[in-house]
Amino acid sequence: MSELLLAPKRMIELEIDGQSVRVFEGETILGACRRLGIDTPTLCYGDTLEPANACRVCVVEVEGARVLAPACSRKAEAGMKVQTDSERVRHSRKMVLELLASSVDLSTTDEIPGYLERYDAQPERFGPPAPPDPDRDRKRTGHHVEPDGQTAATVYAPVKIDNELYVRDYSKCILCYKCVDACGEQFQNTFAIHVAGRGFDARISTEYVAELPDSACVYCGNCIAVCPTGALMFVSEHALRAEGDWREDDQTVTTTVCPYCGVGCNLELHVQDNTIVKVTSPDDHDITRGNLCIKGRFGFQHVQARDAP
Amino acid sequence: MDLHLVPGAIPTTAERLALDSVLGPAVDGWDGGTRLQGPEGNTASSGHASRVRRHLLLPALWALQERIGWISPGGLNELCSRLTLPPADVYGVATFYAMLAVEPRSARVVHVCEDIACKCVGSDDLIAQIEERFGAEGELSDDGSATWYRSPCLGQCDRAPAALVSDAGEEPHERTLALTTAVAVLEALAGGDPGPAPVTVLPQAGDPALRLLRRAASTRSVSLDEYRAQGGYAALRRAVELGPEGVIREVKESKLQGRGGAAFPTGVKWEAVARQPARPHYLVCNADESEPGTFKDRVIMERDPFALIESMTIAAYATGCEHGYVYIRGEYPEPQHALQSALDEARVRGYLGDDVMGERFSFDIEIRKGAGAYICGEETAIFESIEGNRGEPRNKPPFPVVEGLFGKPTVVNNVETLVNVPDIVLRSGPSYAETGTEGSTGTKLFCLCGHVERPGVYEVPFGTTLRELYDLAGGVMGGKELQCILMGGAAGGFLRPDELDLPLTFEAVREAKTTLGSGVVLVLDETVDLPRLLMRLAAFFRNESCGQCVPCRVGTVRQQEALARLVSGKTAGGVQKELAVIAEVGQCMRDASICGLGQTASSAIESAIGRLGVFS
Amino acid sequence: MFGAGGGTSSYREMEETDVVLLWGSNARETHPIFFHHLLRGIHNGARLFVIDPRRTTSAQWADRWLGLEVGSDIALSNTVAREIIHAGLANRAFIDNATEGFDAYAASVEPFTLAEGERLTGVPAEAIREMAHAFARADRAMICWTLGITEHHTAVDNVLSLINLALLCGHVGRFGSGLNPLRGQNNVQGGGDMGAIPNKLAGFQDIEQDHEARARFEQAWGVTIRPTYGWHLTQMFDGMEHGELRTLYVIGENPAQSEADINRTRKLLSELDFLVVQDIVLTKTAEMADVVFPSAASWCETDGTVTNSERRVQRVRKALDPPGEARDDMWIITEIARRLGQDWPDPVAEDVWDELRSLSPMHSGKSYARLEELGGIQWPCPDETHPGSPMLHERLWAEPRIGPAAPFTVVEARGPFEELDADYPIRLTTGRRLESYNTGTQTNLYSSPLHRGESLDLSPEDAERLELADGEVARVSSRRGSVEAPVRIDPALRPGLAFMTFHFPDQVDTNQLTIDATDPKSGTAEFKAAAIRVEKIERVEDEERAGVAEHATVGGQQ
Repeated sequence: MSELLLAPKRMIELEIDGQSVRVFEGETILGACRRLGIDTPTLCYGDTLEPANACRVCVVEVEGARVLAPACSRKAEAGMKVQTDSERVRHSRKMVLELLASSVDLSTTDEIPGYLERYDAQPERFGPPAPPDPDRDRKRTGHHVEPDGQTAATVYAPVKIDNELYVRDYSKCILCYKCVDACGEQFQNTFAIHVAGRGFDARISTEYVAELPDSACVYCGNCIAVCPTGALMFVSEHALRAEGDWREDDQTVTTTVCPYCGVGCNLELHVQDNTIVKVTSPDDHDITRGNLCIKGRFGFQHVQARDAP
Repeated sequence: MDLHLVPGAIPTTAERLALDSVLGPAVDGWDGGTRLQGPEGNTASSGHASRVRRHLLLPALWALQERIGWISPGGLNELCSRLTLPPADVYGVATFYAMLAVEPRSARVVHVCEDIACKCVGSDDLIAQIEERFGAEGELSDDGSATWYRSPCLGQCDRAPAALVSDAGEEPHERTLALTTAVAVLEALAGGDPGPAPVTVLPQAGDPALRLLRRAASTRSVSLDEYRAQGGYAALRRAVELGPEGVIREVKESKLQGRGGAAFPTGVKWEAVARQPARPHYLVCNADESEPGTFKDRVIMERDPFALIESMTIAAYATGCEHGYVYIRGEYPEPQHALQSALDEARVRGYLGDDVMGERFSFDIEIRKGAGAYICGEETAIFESIEGNRGEPRNKPPFPVVEGLFGKPTVVNNVETLVNVPDIVLRSGPSYAETGTEGSTGTKLFCLCGHVERPGVYEVPFGTTLRELYDLAGGVMGGKELQCILMGGAAGGFLRPDELDLPLTFEAVREAKTTLGSGVVLVLDETVDLPRLLMRLAAFFRNESCGQCVPCRVGTVRQQEALARLVSGKTAGGVQKELAVIAEVGQCMRDASICGLGQTASSAIESAIGRLGVFS
Repeated sequence: MFGAGGGTSSYREMEETDVVLLWGSNARETHPIFFHHLLRGIHNGARLFVIDPRRTTSAQWADRWLGLEVGSDIALSNTVAREIIHAGLANRAFIDNATEGFDAYAASVEPFTLAEGERLTGVPAEAIREMAHAFARADRAMICWTLGITEHHTAVDNVLSLINLALLCGHVGRFGSGLNPLRGQNNVQGGGDMGAIPNKLAGFQDIEQDHEARARFEQAWGVTIRPTYGWHLTQMFDGMEHGELRTLYVIGENPAQSEADINRTRKLLSELDFLVVQDIVLTKTAEMADVVFPSAASWCETDGTVTNSERRVQRVRKALDPPGEARDDMWIITEIARRLGQDWPDPVAEDVWDELRSLSPMHSGKSYARLEELGGIQWPCPDETHPGSPMLHERLWAEPRIGPAAPFTVVEARGPFEELDADYPIRLTTGRRLESYNTGTQTNLYSSPLHRGESLDLSPEDAERLELADGEVARVSSRRGSVEAPVRIDPALRPGLAFMTFHFPDQVDTNQLTIDATDPKSGTAEFKAAAIRVEKIERVEDEERAGVAEHATVGGQQ
């Protein structure tokens, strides 16, 4: 009903890879590409969040522009001519993938193998990856130790396990800002985490690197929900993966309604061996838009902590 | 907003008072003050109104830093309560800036420049001596009162080598050491007198052809009366006669182009802002000149601050701005003080405020002090920094003229661009445009530094050749051979000795595939170890990348690593492969980075490889 | 509201409204995802007023927090109403067209000047005035409430007083304007929808007055339905006390820990002839039962529907097999029916739902297929072409009005049943915390850093006066019982106000303190207002103290 109150939107026409396409005014180039079925790689983009346009893997070439444009955030304009597979585009996408894959552990980013192959990316060419750095959280801004170039610098750091609900493995962090946005103004408004530091040393941090139980975190897990790389993960998933027993193919995903308050949040229960191993919420449901609170996200354990009567 | 503060961290009285000085006293128990009882205690306002002071975050962080030398958890808690900001968010902002510390630090810190211009005149030796006689950077003195750190360019390249001494305390103090020595730096570290305040020498002093620098030749800051006696504020009076549209017409006809590097037509920018229906409009003067080798804005602000104030007032009048900011880099205490004094005087004398010069328009200017971040000179990062956020550039569009500071239409110009305006208004745009060339009108300030006989700021008409400028500065010092020139700073490009006849105009440098950049002319003699200099440039970009986008965040590191392998000779598969890495990373940074920093982070290095043939 | 028991608006509307009064609700913690919608509204410019004795995490988002005395809600709303009327801000056109009883109402609020309002509520007159003007001047405004309104002996009057405010300004029946009770449990709305209340058949069809509806149900079920209202919970306990109720069948409820004045409740439960408890875990109530039916968790081990606070019926689905002998509630009930000689078919959730659709017109259009397709449907939805109803009462804006006028109700401002005195000088109010839920039967089976067990939350002033340190165990007593609880100093509380939850009844049996003064109309007890005394425990044996402290810290694991 409320949709009826929205003013009708104007349609505009543009050209992508020689094909003409009509989109609503305000739609992005990415949206236009999707209408045409053009598969655009994305990593930092999330359907439920404002585009951070930080990873730049979705860049396209807009005729007349000096530099490439991020498809995820650049609004389509009438008469625009866009190339999504030009040599410049392919080069930058390939390089972005190489730069990321050589500095971040992308082993739990599902799209990565496909992307690397599609763009013939060779991340290993920058040298063997540097080992984890236990001091990564406390780097002095604007300073670094001069490298010898014999290893490729990485963001690897020890895994953070400081609570019983979820794990933070920032070796897998591509700094997409999604967790910060979800914890912040776009959803949860708790602001427990933020990007700290600068440049290659930029990282997600609490104030003074506080452990989560000392921080503002309310364990809604909305950061886990938006994390594209598995840097943030349920303890249950982390443990099963560590044991080599995470079997996505054997899991069922069932949508139901949270058993707690009366808001009616939809839960997607990920079940393996009759055990809930993860809880998500549908991105496209307008009650939650993918978000939950601590009870919805983690309060399921009572059903499996019961003694069999 | 429901804030969760750092558990158990209580601010000291000193920290509270430091914040009071910037934010005013706390209101009630909810923002760090006294708990009210009775009905007054049964209400509180912590909604929208409590969240509108975020723009005071950087000044508040500075207040804490200058009071005790670092941002402590207790101080941060108090700040967060006062401004209704979450601790993690504030921590994220504080750690963005190199001059702010979030770990305990001594009250006295000396930042010693290690950048390209200082390197030319022996900063490596100076640093080696400090390391030997004081200790490694970050190490404390025996009494724990002082330490030192390496620093990027301090903007003192005409009087290198340089250092910056900061003393935190009840009466915080900062001062610049220029033409300094290891002995003076050690004396400063010990709390002693490192010698007299440095002076700026203007090599062209007395030259009647000077326009922008004509008052700057004085050996001290010009007072308001002196400024007026020398024709000051005649331009503002003329501007009011012309009316806002008239001023914009003159500026457009002058064909004035931005001097910050992008050379965008200033009149077009002003007109775009003036026409925006959204209000208010803001004016931001970019005085964050952090491009290594650049120091011209410093000289203008120190010597001729009213010229900048009058220029900004004219710009504000023309574009409908009531509020202006001057964003000065944190490494510039002396220019900041000179400008602050001038602003205070102008306000008292009615040249700023609600009724400027009795002409019934309102305009005032606020200084914002940067805190050690080159990226904040980027035209949208500067907005983020003023607003109290991490200085991360925005994606464009939308452009600042539409959505700039606080989301409102904003004029952002750098100091040099602005100080051209009085001349244009007084002479008329077409008359101004007679100087220079068809495509580059007026005069241009250049920062001559490095191995040059007479370093300093030079003003020459556009069209002057590089050789003429080079000769004006006396060529290479000490009779050595010229190896090359770095034009435009770290984001610029190298030129060979055989390219000195290049006319200094926007169009000529564009054709020659180089840039004027910020006007740096760094002269390098035959003794310079160019690969090592390139390593410094690469380190600079790695340090200064904001980290937001992948091409720049990781690209600047991969570029540096490849250079390191070339320098050491331990390449992975040969020189050509490493050069290919640099070229490919460079292209991605140029094409896919969000802002100009990443887009130019490989320019100088690639020009050294391509133009000078380094490594081949 | 005006007939059907449900909120008038959709969550979506919170994002586009201009003013929100969040009254007696700490939605930030108790309805976190609803609060997300509210936060979007705030970021879009909406002004938030939070009316709550505590400066809760919700109140910390408010442009204005009105920290009223516990139980002075009607005094506050009447003061707001008088100010609106006297400032000439009442929506006369709406009042004339859509309502009745305005004159009597206006006369009734006349004594509530701003000064009198301040005296009665403890909120500064200026804050009341600000809220009154903001609400009345807003183009769109919402009133949302939770148990801070309904867990009082004046529960129904409290709700009516808020409805009065909405009618006064025409803030109902339009996009972005409405009245919304936030339901505390995932299917408390659905329970009402389905007729699990003493006076209605499914679909809010009155059991006494709607003869046509009753006939339809009788026809379908082949039985005669007595046209009399049943008992609500309080009446049931009274029935037990009078010996009229001797057998009780409890499904998914833990009254032995959740009722106010719990000592009385336990006594009455223990004196029953026969107690049957059906639950997913062995609750304290189940431990008292003669027969326990272990049931499947309805939200993840069975199929069915629930209704949320915006009247949206949504599917729950079976994701897990229940453990051991646990069975679906439907199966258990069917099996009992069969043992009683009825020939009921094997129960299938969709069949039961379709029967409901055939009898409850407001649900008729909601087939399982459509619920699946649309992600739930808001009632009323009378047929399968109807999109559902994001908003109620738009009819009030039709000119001439469609249907009956919405009545103003004269409500009397009465304070809490139990007044403070020298023996019991502190007001205890209760509520929930973010990570926990009710008596903790579910939430105490997961562990998180937020779980910190029960505490007696006191103002810094009271703690200092009573010489109680943070974490120190204190004795808390009311006229009904006495418990020990660790103190937590909370600046959100004013002097004289204490706060507890009943999430950890095995650790601290808070409901020994609460009072079962109930609203005769709703049967809800006044959990929000008891009179207590707090005492320092002198000369506690070290051993004992350690024991209590340990108990407190492991509370989260229970």
